[in-house]
Amino acid sequence: MKIYLSIYFLLLPLFIASQNNITGVVFENNPSNNQMALPGASVYWMDSSEGVVTDFDGKFSISNTGSYTNLIISYVGYKTDTLKIDNKKFVKHYLNPASNLDAVTIRSFAKSTSVSYLSSQNITNVSSEELLKAACCNLSESFETNPSIDVNFTDAVTGVKQIQMLGLTSPYILITSENIPTIRGASQTYGMSLIPGTWVESIQITKGAGSVINGYESISGQINVELQKPNADTPLFLNSYASSMGRLELNAHYNTKISDKLSSGLYFHVNSNNQLNDGNSDGFLDSPLSEQINVLNRWQYTDLEKGMVAFVNVRYLTDEKQSGEVDFNPGLDRLTTNYWGSEVNTERFESSLKIGYVNPDITYQTLGVQLAYSDHDQNSYFGLNQYNINHQSVFSNIIYNSIISDTRHKIKTGLNFNSDVYKENVSNVSYALSPDGNSSQAINQDIYNDRSEKSIGAFFEYNFDNLSNLNLTAGIRIDNHNKMGTFLTPRFHLRYTPVEKSVIRFSFGRGKRMANIFAENQNLFATTRLIQLPVDDLKSEDAWNYGISFLQNFNLFNKKSEIILDYYYTDFDNKVIVDWENPFEISFYNLIGKSFAASFQSQFNYYINENIEFKLAYKLYNVKTDYASGRLAKPMTPKERFFINFNINSNLNDDGSQWKFDTTFNWIGEQRYPNRIPENTTSIIPIYQAPTPDFTTVNAQLTRVFSEKFEVYLGVENLTNTKQKNPIVGSENPFDQGFDTTFVYGPIFGSMYYTGLRFKIY
Amino acid sequence: MPFMVIGQNTSAKASFKVDGVCGMCKVRIETSTIKIKGVKVSKWNVNTGQINLIYNEKKTNINDIHQFIADLGHDTDKIKAPDLAYNSLDACCKYRDPLVVKDHQ
Repeated sequence: MKIYLSIYFLLLPLFIASQNNITGVVFENNPSNNQMALPGASVYWMDSSEGVVTDFDGKFSISNTGSYTNLIISYVGYKTDTLKIDNKKFVKHYLNPASNLDAVTIRSFAKSTSVSYLSSQNITNVSSEELLKAACCNLSESFETNPSIDVNFTDAVTGVKQIQMLGLTSPYILITSENIPTIRGASQTYGMSLIPGTWVESIQITKGAGSVINGYESISGQINVELQKPNADTPLFLNSYASSMGRLELNAHYNTKISDKLSSGLYFHVNSNNQLNDGNSDGFLDSPLSEQINVLNRWQYTDLEKGMVAFVNVRYLTDEKQSGEVDFNPGLDRLTTNYWGSEVNTERFESSLKIGYVNPDITYQTLGVQLAYSDHDQNSYFGLNQYNINHQSVFSNIIYNSIISDTRHKIKTGLNFNSDVYKENVSNVSYALSPDGNSSQAINQDIYNDRSEKSIGAFFEYNFDNLSNLNLTAGIRIDNHNKMGTFLTPRFHLRYTPVEKSVIRFSFGRGKRMANIFAENQNLFATTRLIQLPVDDLKSEDAWNYGISFLQNFNLFNKKSEIILDYYYTDFDNKVIVDWENPFEISFYNLIGKSFAASFQSQFNYYINENIEFKLAYKLYNVKTDYASGRLAKPMTPKERFFINFNINSNLNDDGSQWKFDTTFNWIGEQRYPNRIPENTTSIIPIYQAPTPDFTTVNAQLTRVFSEKFEVYLGVENLTNTKQKNPIVGSENPFDQGFDTTFVYGPIFGSMYYTGLRFKIY
Repeated sequence: MPFMVIGQNTSAKASFKVDGVCGMCKVRIETSTIKIKGVKVSKWNVNTGQINLIYNEKKTNINDIHQFIADLGHDTDKIKAPDLAYNSLDACCKYRDPLVVKDHQ
């Protein structure tokens, strides 16, 4: 006891002395808000020889005798800061990278779209810089300058654009918002148009199987959208947009720092279109009348010392679209045969919670929890067809990251629970010839498709990185689903660098999903086709995707260049076939035989300097399915596509002003029409048609940046005024057999001009 | 409290200075040290020369790690690299040569 006491008194002065210490932690101040501690930074008193160096976690402790007040924090590559210390005991300080503040700025030559050299997966990152190149308007239009994704109209009336990757439409792509699956189920068709472009911070496109962490649903790839972060986005951002088609958009972001740990952001979007456009004089609107109000509130909590990061998001939107004949008046003509018209009203609420924890002592151990809920409600009619769907979805997962023996061997493991409850009904009106053969008669059928899907799963992913030329990821998940049973989803990715500047990637993996036949094929309602359902149940879709890709970096005439070649093959074990081959019907049935999608893409990127960038790509698809009528290429899908993008900027002036110009040229090859009735005949016998003509489009945008705070842009879509003639079949008689708006292969309207401005307040 | 016996820590941390000048040094230092049995994390900062380690004290010890790095050809703040090892470094990594150091600044 005595000895303890004496030691206590011996140590006491040390504790008292330490009372006069100033402790603190030094971080890097970076825009992405990654908490990056700066180990080895110098901390010293001005005019003294007393100084310390920060430890591994950026922490330091320096004695404070009271005779000095100015504490200097310096670090190579960062701006040196001097802090006034009065009574503070704890200092938390962020150092700014030197290049941010010096008068002579050294700008790194960052590419706005970049393919990863290090990851085992084939991931293309699309930065916010790239997203500004084609300013309009929402997520479905964010891929105009990216050759890996194709964007097509689904039909000639609703204005819906659908994306494709590797020859497969968006239901086969897992689309996530900050790693929470978002565009799926009921929002499959319209969901892309419900994410405003300015909210998007960056997009990551993964070709091929993707990771097992986000679920089993991805087949051809994954698209992850990162939204603006409250404590990284500018405090106030305003954007307005107007087009010659009458589309008006307004975006406002308002971000506040409530404390040094808590930030909040309010993101507001509204768009409307009240202009009646009928450029091709077929009596139908070329683009819908619309109105959308979309509000997102985000809360971000960051506690760097405890290693905690959390996000809470709440979003609500309403979207109304009216399309159809110019003379259609919903109040008078809704669900009548006076005029053909359509209204699609959508209301969606979603909220999510994300919590991330990094063990401050053992930085390789992290834990993440995600919870999300959404309620998507769509009420709509298309002529006499009615379609209503309500989808309530719960997504949850927990992920634990760690290492096995050392950081070359990383593991991720966790659990998922998902639930989807659908209330869905269809009222289908189609036409058939009456027995006398002289007139047609209407056939009514009502389909109720309420259902509930639940799944629970566990995943494990192992990553090996030898820190030089080999990186591989092997993942597996096991899920139990109330409709699909218990199944395994293995996925594998490998990156190998045989020689410097070349990268070979190889991947394979399984994907499985339940098709939502109506939600995914809503364009069928804008026809008078008869919906044919199979007698037996539609099975789950099941596919394997195999991919190989090669990337070579080299210098051409002393300039940085890149060649990317990739080949992906998706092989369906089962698929829900959507059969358009009978022009009076649409049939759904299980695959018997083979269905595959082969995709080859070659791309050449040339970076002349930091201001001039040139991209050239060629794509070749071979997408075929065994239909009831035999093996056919997928209809309305171009076999070939050629893409050129050219981007030139003027030098950035000291006052932040700059000119930016971007143009994209697309050549779209022939597409196969499904069987249809020949035009200008009285025949009703469907025949194979010649394929669609090929066509080219040119888009361009000029941006004038006046300063960091203000910029104006002016652009044109479809400069050459390319138009598909008569995109609506049977437009003169929309309440009869053969009316069809789905034979769309190219632009419906001609040139479209737009202008907008962006205003930031710091 | 002052007599608390500290057991062998399976996630011990260490941070010390290792001389080097360039990205090649970084790759050499990190990829070699991570292969030492018991080393879990190894990051070397080219600007500060500071190495940050997490290691299992049951499997290795800090002196062995210093010795290992010195044998690679890099001086640590405890052990000077043997000349033979230093001389085998690539020309651009010769951190004792003021001209090479100047080149990298």
